[in-house]
Amino acid sequence: MDKNNIPKELFKPIERKEDTSEKISRPSRSFGQDARRTLLKNIPAMLSLFVLLAIVVFSIIGPGMNEYGYDDQDLSRAKMPPRVPGLENISWLGFDGTLTEKIEGTDVEDATEKAIMRFGNKPDFTDIEVVEQGNGTKGSAEVKATFHAYDAKGMDDTYFWLGTDGLGRDQWTRIWRGTRISLIIGIVAALIDLIIGVTYGGISGYFGGRVDSFMQRIIEILVGIPNLVVIFLMLIVLDPGITSIILALTITGWTGMARIVRGEVMKLKNQEFVLAAQTLGTPNRKIIAGHLLPNMTGIIIINTMFTVPGAIFFEAFLSFIGLGILPPEASLGSLIDLGFDSLRIYPYLLLYPAILISIIMIAFNILGDGLRDAFDPKMHK
Amino acid sequence: MEKLLEVKDLAVSFNTYGGEVQAVRGVNFDLRKGETLAIVGESGSGKSVTSKTIMRLLAEHSVIKRGEILFEGEDLTKKSEKQMQKIRGRDISMIFQDPMTSLNPTLKVGTQIMEPLIKHQKMSKAKARERAIELLDLVGIPNAELRIKQYPHQFSGGMRQRVVVAIALACNPKLLIADEPTTALDVTIQAQILELMKDIQKKMDSAIIFITHDLGVVANVADRVAVMYAGKIVEIGTVDEIFYNPKHPYTWGLLGSMPTLDSDEDELFAIPGTPPDMTNPPKGDAFAARNKYALEIDTQLDPPMFKVSDTHYAATWLLHEDAPKIEPPEAVKRRMKGFAASVKEGEM
Amino acid sequence: MTRYILKRILYMIVTLFVIATISFFLMKMLPGSPLNAENKLTEEQQEIVLEKYGLNDPIPVQYVNYIAGLVKGDMGISFQFDSTPVTKIILDRIGPSAQLGAQALVVGVILGVLLGLIAAIFHNGVLDFTSTIIAVLGTSIPSFVFAGLLQWVFAVNLEMFPVALWESGDLSYTVLPTIALMIFPMATCARFVRTEMLEVLGSDYITTARAKGIGQAGVVFKHGLRNALIPLVTVIGPLAVGLMTGSLVIEQIFAIPGIGEQFVKSITVNDYPTIMGTTLFFSVLFIAIILVIDLLYGVIDPRIRITGGEK
Repeated sequence: MDKNNIPKELFKPIERKEDTSEKISRPSRSFGQDARRTLLKNIPAMLSLFVLLAIVVFSIIGPGMNEYGYDDQDLSRAKMPPRVPGLENISWLGFDGTLTEKIEGTDVEDATEKAIMRFGNKPDFTDIEVVEQGNGTKGSAEVKATFHAYDAKGMDDTYFWLGTDGLGRDQWTRIWRGTRISLIIGIVAALIDLIIGVTYGGISGYFGGRVDSFMQRIIEILVGIPNLVVIFLMLIVLDPGITSIILALTITGWTGMARIVRGEVMKLKNQEFVLAAQTLGTPNRKIIAGHLLPNMTGIIIINTMFTVPGAIFFEAFLSFIGLGILPPEASLGSLIDLGFDSLRIYPYLLLYPAILISIIMIAFNILGDGLRDAFDPKMHK
Repeated sequence: MEKLLEVKDLAVSFNTYGGEVQAVRGVNFDLRKGETLAIVGESGSGKSVTSKTIMRLLAEHSVIKRGEILFEGEDLTKKSEKQMQKIRGRDISMIFQDPMTSLNPTLKVGTQIMEPLIKHQKMSKAKARERAIELLDLVGIPNAELRIKQYPHQFSGGMRQRVVVAIALACNPKLLIADEPTTALDVTIQAQILELMKDIQKKMDSAIIFITHDLGVVANVADRVAVMYAGKIVEIGTVDEIFYNPKHPYTWGLLGSMPTLDSDEDELFAIPGTPPDMTNPPKGDAFAARNKYALEIDTQLDPPMFKVSDTHYAATWLLHEDAPKIEPPEAVKRRMKGFAASVKEGEM
Repeated sequence: MTRYILKRILYMIVTLFVIATISFFLMKMLPGSPLNAENKLTEEQQEIVLEKYGLNDPIPVQYVNYIAGLVKGDMGISFQFDSTPVTKIILDRIGPSAQLGAQALVVGVILGVLLGLIAAIFHNGVLDFTSTIIAVLGTSIPSFVFAGLLQWVFAVNLEMFPVALWESGDLSYTVLPTIALMIFPMATCARFVRTEMLEVLGSDYITTARAKGIGQAGVVFKHGLRNALIPLVTVIGPLAVGLMTGSLVIEQIFAIPGIGEQFVKSITVNDYPTIMGTTLFFSVLFIAIILVIDLLYGVIDPRIRITGGEK
């Protein structure tokens, strides 16, 4: 429309059919919807969620995917390297069923001899590749030996996807079994922390006064004792096992959640909407369930999301130093511990459980970060 | 008088997750040496963004879409960050809204005042210290020598704002931008700070852009007033013109919503609703949805600035020759008379 | 202020007393005794051994003796390891542990602060992205996994550093364990400093500084850094405590003769006096570190310093 040539009939007051002043031009979304939208848009977090779901699925079905049980010992097939049908022909992937090691000697002959001895004196199944010719002095020559473990044992049609450990147990089965146990410990410990922490913190914060100060003194004492010390003491006394680890982790672990929830409740209960509910005579139970909890779900979920990897890490740590899961049961920590014993020749025993636990930890942390961003109102625009 | 600052068709946007927010949509005004211009508007009207743009202190995600900011004839929008650093604090300085957060909590007050002196006037530490003490004296802080060794948390809110004023004045700036300098303060302290700013302006002859949402403050300090709404200036004029002869229904609203003492029969003339969402500004006049006097044309076309006098302009179709003649609401008219009376009293 | 410190130290002593008491009675509940380890002794010989450990006394007497010993710094005698006093075992082994811990903490915190600063200054850039990835990996991946990786790559394959063991005075033995140990503190500091710095850089007083005409370097280092680093002190306490946890496994992996390695060994042979002694020693360290950090925070933050001084 031309500014200088406006039809006169437009210069008359608008006849309003409704009050437009309060019209909201932006579609309204609840906080939950906003949070979900932010989370769905967060690619790393969604990827992590997907990876975690896949790991959970495998921890359930993985141990049943081949015919070996997690504690089937058979020394005749001990320390077999990984071998996967189809992938066995691509040598750099490490699934071809061979073991390699570099061996030094005074000259090539000496080194070769040592290399063949190294793999049980089976020259027919040991390929030798000269790395360094050497000059007769000690350790100057070097050969790379590749040992075809499956051929040597005549197990042409046998495949241990991730190899076997020192007792001939199938690593694939043990790794997923171990993952299952690590996840159970992580999730159960986090849930127990959540239940105790929310209840304790909620009561303490909501009632305040003498109840609160009494409950807080208890927490202060518990927090004063380093949690590592508590865990050690518990585990030394209790019989090793999943329950003991969960108990040891949660006996003081819930205090973190309790403190956060208490703080949050104290903040919320003085806000106008809660005061309004109280003024209207809403019973305490309903105020807690209807007004306080919904406003704290974000912070509770985030905190729980970070408790899980923490508990998984502690389980692995305890199993690693011999206070956690004991053989024949497997956990990611105990598998890694065993892996260290033969790192030099059988790195695969360390590699796969280490990768798996790292992926689990990374995924939980990224998902936790994603949730934190999603529940942060500043992030929604 | 010579023009110190000219802002021409300035537009600034923020890029957010939800899309582009058009915070400032074509702002024009100018400022002469030693003059005080008040920019008035609700929160979100773009007044603070305008001032931050002049200082080129916008956050990362904001862009100057178009327009010029001529300061002594030079376009600030074209300056590099390094060049701006030489101008900030020396030629243009700024006072912020919340004195509780605008001072660095871990640096001594003296250090914070001395900084611009050392940076711009190449003073020695000892000289800068002397000057800092002078400045604290000037802004009315007793025991200045002792005070400069203290940290901000040892000062009250009003005292901190005096420190902020002292920092802003350190290098005798030609232009001082005060972004709601009294909003966070108690009413009695507000008056003191305003008094202080007026005093200092007289002494130093700086021009001031005074940003506020409080029209009451404006009448006291400003020479001219610009009323902003939804990223545009909707009315601009001298204080007298804005208070005695406002033309824009939004200005009426602002004036009418100020409570007065002699007002039993007096109802407030409030503006209903909230400002529009600037990610998606409405077609036509942005104020139309809240405007009791909106015309059909308002929903179609944004009104241009209509000239009322040489110094007074307003952007409303009501000033078009074809528009119906509409009188301001009673509440506003009464206030206009009230202002006139109070000014006369003041003159007597 | 002095009263506050005294009060804190009193609390600390009470906590330690509680831990010592609990440890003692737990120890008594356990089946282990020096007799399990030594083979086929005659009745008389057994008697002598029990006498030597004071195990013939009634339990309350043993308890009083134990606590009295603790006050004098005597934590009992090891069931294993040639009946060495536990205090001596700990003192003999504190050197490597302390060196590793200090190296890891100092290097980790410095690198972490640098990473975090770079990330904050180049917010949303490539460097920020890289540093964020390093931080996520470093806080997620357990230190023993890193240790295995480092050992495999740099010691076994590239032979750049010794695979394990310890030669006092030879730094090359400390490189890999220090790196494995410092990654977590580094990543945590990087994350923390980045968040803090971004928040500080967005604060009003930084805008004030910019409005004065201060350049980017001055804004970041003079105005930003100090404010971002003060809260870092609160993180360092838990990190130092975490290093002790880490040292248990890292010393084990690299066969370093430190307290952590001793502790794991004691667990495997059920040497309760050593386990309890080391646990108590860790408790003292934990609690002392937290106390020192709290006091330090008061010293470096002017807001707390002044109010603390006036009272």
